[in-house]
Amino acid sequence: MTPNELRAALRGVPDPEWLTAAVRGVAAQPSAITRFFPAAGRRCGRAELPDLPGWTADEAARALLLANLPAEHAAQAEALYRTGDAAEKRAVLKALPLLPIGAAAVPLLHDALRTNDTRLVAAALGPYAGHLDAPTWRQAVLKCVFTGVPLAVVADLDARADRELAEMLAALAAERQAAGRSMPDDATALLDRLAASSQPHHREA
Amino acid sequence: MRIFDPHIHMTSRTTDDYERMAAAGVQAVVEPAFWLGQPRTSVGSFTDYFDSLVGWEPFRAGQFGVRHHATVALNPKEANDPRCRPVLDVLPRYLEKDGVVAVGEIGYDSMTPEEDAAFAAQLALAVAHDLPALVHTPHRDKARGVERSLAVVAESGIEPGRVVLDHLNEVTVKLVRDTGCWLGFSIYPDTKMSPPRMVELLRTYGTERMLVNSAADWGRSDPLLTRATGEAMLLAGFTDDEVDQVLWRNPVEFYGQSGRLDLSDDDASEPTFAGNSILRGGG
Repeated sequence: MTPNELRAALRGVPDPEWLTAAVRGVAAQPSAITRFFPAAGRRCGRAELPDLPGWTADEAARALLLANLPAEHAAQAEALYRTGDAAEKRAVLKALPLLPIGAAAVPLLHDALRTNDTRLVAAALGPYAGHLDAPTWRQAVLKCVFTGVPLAVVADLDARADRELAEMLAALAAERQAAGRSMPDDATALLDRLAASSQPHHREA
Repeated sequence: MRIFDPHIHMTSRTTDDYERMAAAGVQAVVEPAFWLGQPRTSVGSFTDYFDSLVGWEPFRAGQFGVRHHATVALNPKEANDPRCRPVLDVLPRYLEKDGVVAVGEIGYDSMTPEEDAAFAAQLALAVAHDLPALVHTPHRDKARGVERSLAVVAESGIEPGRVVLDHLNEVTVKLVRDTGCWLGFSIYPDTKMSPPRMVELLRTYGTERMLVNSAADWGRSDPLLTRATGEAMLLAGFTDDEVDQVLWRNPVEFYGQSGRLDLSDDDASEPTFAGNSILRGGG
């Protein structure tokens, strides 16, 4: 995802002039973002963007505002998350990979993963979750399965899923089976893939 | 019957309530910030509470198909505690949130000078943030409290049509009817107002600018009394359209003045009216 893709996908919003002015505004005066950021939902709408699957107009507009902050002000993202409503928090989480902040915003992921708001949990598991340590990431994936968040939201799922995660999923599956409850299909499929890949490989000659 | 409860404290209610409300036709609610029974002692416990009103509680409501909005304010009772008054300084950031559709509950509890100051300051915030105001009227010395509230509202310069005076009854309704303000009635199991009494008031004063709420909270209260009032109206000969006006269109019109009411389906791209997305189809 790039700022240009966000901007292109936002072409059809109800009030494009507002968005253009807001983007210019935050670039010129970074503190103005505290005014524009909460208003983005009512100015740009909250519908899914047809050209940008997985993003709503308010999320994309807020991410675009953050991406247009001068680099030395990118840390404002943390304050906007801390003082944001649920939709603002979600937008910050989704924007993190666009910002020149390295791993500095990992505490925001920890905060989001502690909540029971499944939309926040999902938003915390995009590409920026590559900065999470393995135990935290595994717990987050397990939380998705536990709370019904589709595993499709987890970036790099297959590349990162390891034997330890397979054991945790298998234990959950056993508990569910003992209780007469089912596992989500996507979790069963992941478990199957992990089991297959842990079989001894047939080496090609 | 579609119902918009314009005043209910869902933070104090269980998921069973959400289920029963949704089944009874409650599709949208406004949760005003208020006191929690146990007095608070720091600004931090207010900000956590306000964050929940624009974060966790709308999420919880959404799981039952109920749209949740909030009003935010320092309530009159806690405005008397100097430890809580700095809450006024954090209000501006909440008054810019999408889910915040009014300033409230403001007004009087014991009519102290501290309450005067907080009331006036928060009416000014409503004007500054272009939001309506929800005014709680006191339980004790109510008639004088209503008169004094109307005087403060008039002095503030806020347009009367952007103000609701809540918890009115047979005595205080007369004081408000001709002021241009909206009239709120909290239907309780046996105190503030009952469905049969409410029907009488609607017969006498009409259905314009009348808001009916359950004000359900942590005390003895019932989130289904909005529905019971609609049924009592029908039994008394009011039409379906009049019930819809009182229980749906009136609160939509009042809070719609914020430009922030979002009653669209979750996954649909909806046309907006004056900044508000309006529920498809209704009914």
